[in-house]
Amino acid sequence: MLYQIMDGDYGGSCGGCSEDMTVEFGYEPHVLAVDDNLIDRTLVEKLLKNSSCKVTTAENGLRALEFLGLGSDQRNSLEGTVSKVNLVITDYCMPGMTGYELLKKIKESSVLKEVPVVIMSSENIPTRINQCLEEGAQMFMLKPLKQSDVKQLKRHLMKYRS
Amino acid sequence: MDLVQLQRQFVDYKTSLYHEGFLDEQFTQLQELQDENNPDFVVEVVSLFFEDSERLLNELARALEQQNIDYKRIDAHVHQLKGSSSSIGAQRVQKVCIAFRNYCEEQNVEGCLKCLQQVRHEYSLVKTKLESLFQVRLPCRREIFFLSKKVLP
Repeated sequence: MLYQIMDGDYGGSCGGCSEDMTVEFGYEPHVLAVDDNLIDRTLVEKLLKNSSCKVTTAENGLRALEFLGLGSDQRNSLEGTVSKVNLVITDYCMPGMTGYELLKKIKESSVLKEVPVVIMSSENIPTRINQCLEEGAQMFMLKPLKQSDVKQLKRHLMKYRS
Repeated sequence: MDLVQLQRQFVDYKTSLYHEGFLDEQFTQLQELQDENNPDFVVEVVSLFFEDSERLLNELARALEQQNIDYKRIDAHVHQLKGSSSSIGAQRVQKVCIAFRNYCEEQNVEGCLKCLQQVRHEYSLVKTKLESLFQVRLPCRREIFFLSKKVLP
């Protein structure tokens, strides 16, 4: 259950951290969770909700892009607007558009490129991990996700925000 | 049956499922996600898994009956099944899926058919076990409160 963090911080336990993201963020971060597997989507949603996140789920990359306002029929509609979401967490292996391709599209957008994107995968493939990190993924997480992974993610996001 | 016996039966049965490799750590994670707001979370997710797996197993059977077998498609289905079984902690199902994917890569139809049979078998085993487990499931906290009021003078 290894995950790589861009800034070289492999995290450690943070005994003093509050478990509740609302306290940390002062609001509920809105997370977009993308996964074609229904069971995994249900699980990640619960994990995030348990950490006081507002969650929107999408079953594929296209739906995710539409939600974000980057759909093919929504060109330039995002000019000068603020991102709806504070974090995108996406599965890597999806039919049609992979998580990597979704990551690239988000990073190419002037409005959305600052939104942290986390990639999840059931397969621990170093070249895949590096490819995602190089493209700007904030973190890479191995499935199946546990509550402790989401806590670690939250701690990392806090650092990223400050 | 009194409350203590009920609790013991549940725990013993669950422990045996871990020992026999039917369930792994991930199932524990699922249980930890359950709370008062979602008292049936585990049953809901496991039911989703049962429904989704039935669909996948049927698709796999159909795909393997074809004249020209589409191994990519089969692999995609097995990947899904591997993912969901892993997510709920159905370890034995997951293990067969790993072998299944290897046979797909080799385009070995015999191996694939054998694995389909195995995965069907493991799937029905874990389904039966989980159904039994939930029949003796621990009552939720509210129920324990009322039960203990009745049981203890």
